[in-house]
Amino acid sequence: MSLLEIRDLKVCYGGIVALNGISFDVNESEIVTLIGANGAGKSTTLRSIMGLVPLTSGTIFYDGVKINGMETRKIVEMGLVLVPEGRRVFPNLTTLENLKIGGYLQDSKNEQKALEHVYELFPRLQERHWQLAGTLSGGDQQMLAVGRALMANPKVIMMDEPSLGLAPLVVKDIFSIIRKINEEGVTVLLIEQNANVALKTAHQGYVMETGNITNHGPGRELLENVDIRSAYLGKSK
Amino acid sequence: MRIKRNTLLTTTVFALLVVFLYWLSANRMQNGMLVSVLQKGVIFALVAVSMNLLNGFTGLFSLGQAGFMSIGAYTTAILIIPVKSLDGVYYMNGVHPGIRALKMVVADSPAFVQSIFPFVALLLGGLLAAGIAAIVGVAVLRLKSDYLAIATLGLSEIVRAIFSSPQFDQITNGSYGLNKIPTFPEMAWGLIPSLLTPFIVVGFCVVFILLLINSSYGRAFKAIREDEIAAEAMGINLYKHKSMSFVVSSFFSAVAGGLLAMYMRSIEAKTFSITMTYDILLIVVIGGIGSVTGSILSAFLVTIAKEWWLRFFDQPLFFGGWQVPLFRTGFRMVIFSILLMVVVLIYRKGLMGSTEFSWDRLIGRFRRTKNSEGGAA
Repeated sequence: MSLLEIRDLKVCYGGIVALNGISFDVNESEIVTLIGANGAGKSTTLRSIMGLVPLTSGTIFYDGVKINGMETRKIVEMGLVLVPEGRRVFPNLTTLENLKIGGYLQDSKNEQKALEHVYELFPRLQERHWQLAGTLSGGDQQMLAVGRALMANPKVIMMDEPSLGLAPLVVKDIFSIIRKINEEGVTVLLIEQNANVALKTAHQGYVMETGNITNHGPGRELLENVDIRSAYLGKSK
Repeated sequence: MRIKRNTLLTTTVFALLVVFLYWLSANRMQNGMLVSVLQKGVIFALVAVSMNLLNGFTGLFSLGQAGFMSIGAYTTAILIIPVKSLDGVYYMNGVHPGIRALKMVVADSPAFVQSIFPFVALLLGGLLAAGIAAIVGVAVLRLKSDYLAIATLGLSEIVRAIFSSPQFDQITNGSYGLNKIPTFPEMAWGLIPSLLTPFIVVGFCVVFILLLINSSYGRAFKAIREDEIAAEAMGINLYKHKSMSFVVSSFFSAVAGGLLAMYMRSIEAKTFSITMTYDILLIVVIGGIGSVTGSILSAFLVTIAKEWWLRFFDQPLFFGGWQVPLFRTGFRMVIFSILLMVVVLIYRKGLMGSTEFSWDRLIGRFRRTKNSEGGAA
């Protein structure tokens, strides 16, 4: 049984179908990526798993428990956490305050432990703990967004385009952090437009097109796939 | 070392303030105006801080403050008007038998109960407002920004209309309002004179709000202000925290309303109209949205400037035989408005921005000025 099982997930925004009955699995301790063009429904998938968007139909099982219809707070408590698209750190709060909000549902002992762990992963956040998050560089803000999510001691971390708007070198850093988090036993569900890096990192990949999953397989295999190469990697057939 | 110095400075300032207030209490006859503006200032400081909790820290743009103040003011006033004044106050419509019966019970109770009763009245006013906020919040807290402002503004007007309606004549005395409200009570068997009471009550309330803001609830409030969706994704229950902020803010507004009733000695529904909410909003904006100390500072500055320092412009002024034009009743408000514009232009984010007062910064500023002067010489 997979840790996260999505079955026939359908989401409509006021009559427009965003997800047209998709199904996929996320196995424990794997990195799974969803790739696809703008408007394919990737972000909607994550948002509906977190309970931020109501489902039209379908079910989401986490650890064998049906979680659709639950409050976001309960889902976070169960160990699922989202790093939202575009980082969305709290700009007028300090780095430390941002991290503490991430650990909002933890008791103070676990919060302290999580904070030490995050500082170990991202020494820069400790250096800049007093700085307003809005004044951090884009890369540091992304690190903060990941750190903030880790403060909730998650079992599954879902990331919505962590490479958005970042320099290639920073993207490399982010992905090495993602691998590190994964090696510590956290399952990662990753959304990316940067299909090349995402597929290289991921154990499993799913390709989405306009609300449907059109292809899936191990990351390396998808990377070699001729159609995907032409559609997402800009390489000729 | 540094922390010690700051605590020392703070304690000294507070001790000096207390000494000053005791002195003022002994000499209140000669300083009537000063006492009056300071008391009004401290009451408005509490409303401003409670409005700031909602607007500045939780990001809920609410304009219902005057409504909750009037709930507190009426509750307190009805409870503390002495039995012997009842017939004089409700001379038109008579008083509701329930209220009279309650007052008889209080009047017959032991002296200790009577001495704390005004504070119980303030508390009850606050709790009533908090209860109403909790119920109304279910509906209005779904709204965002401007729409929430309109809904709360409407709420405040509804409260005003209810209090002045003929159906409530025997309770609120309808459009006649309530008078003969006793002033601030003494505390601790006369050890603390009545002049200090509003300062002490407001002090306790502000400390409570500060503790709330610095707790993990306060952090959640700020997260909601910054980015609702991100806050929700972090597992923060939006409705619970918004409601908590709304209820706490309403509670303290109502306590301030009760204090205002004691200060003014007579109230009517019109006292708590839209203009009062705007006055408070003005104090919050001038002080800095998201700064408690800013709100307190600006409450005093605005009240004192408006009521006292600018009075001078209202009197005709003569130079020899020539009367300076424009100096007549009402001109002070023109000057006041111009000053406000100047302040807002210079301090774009209010006097304090979203930072709190700190000794380090104040001393740092003095040092810098001294150094730059030295450099120039």
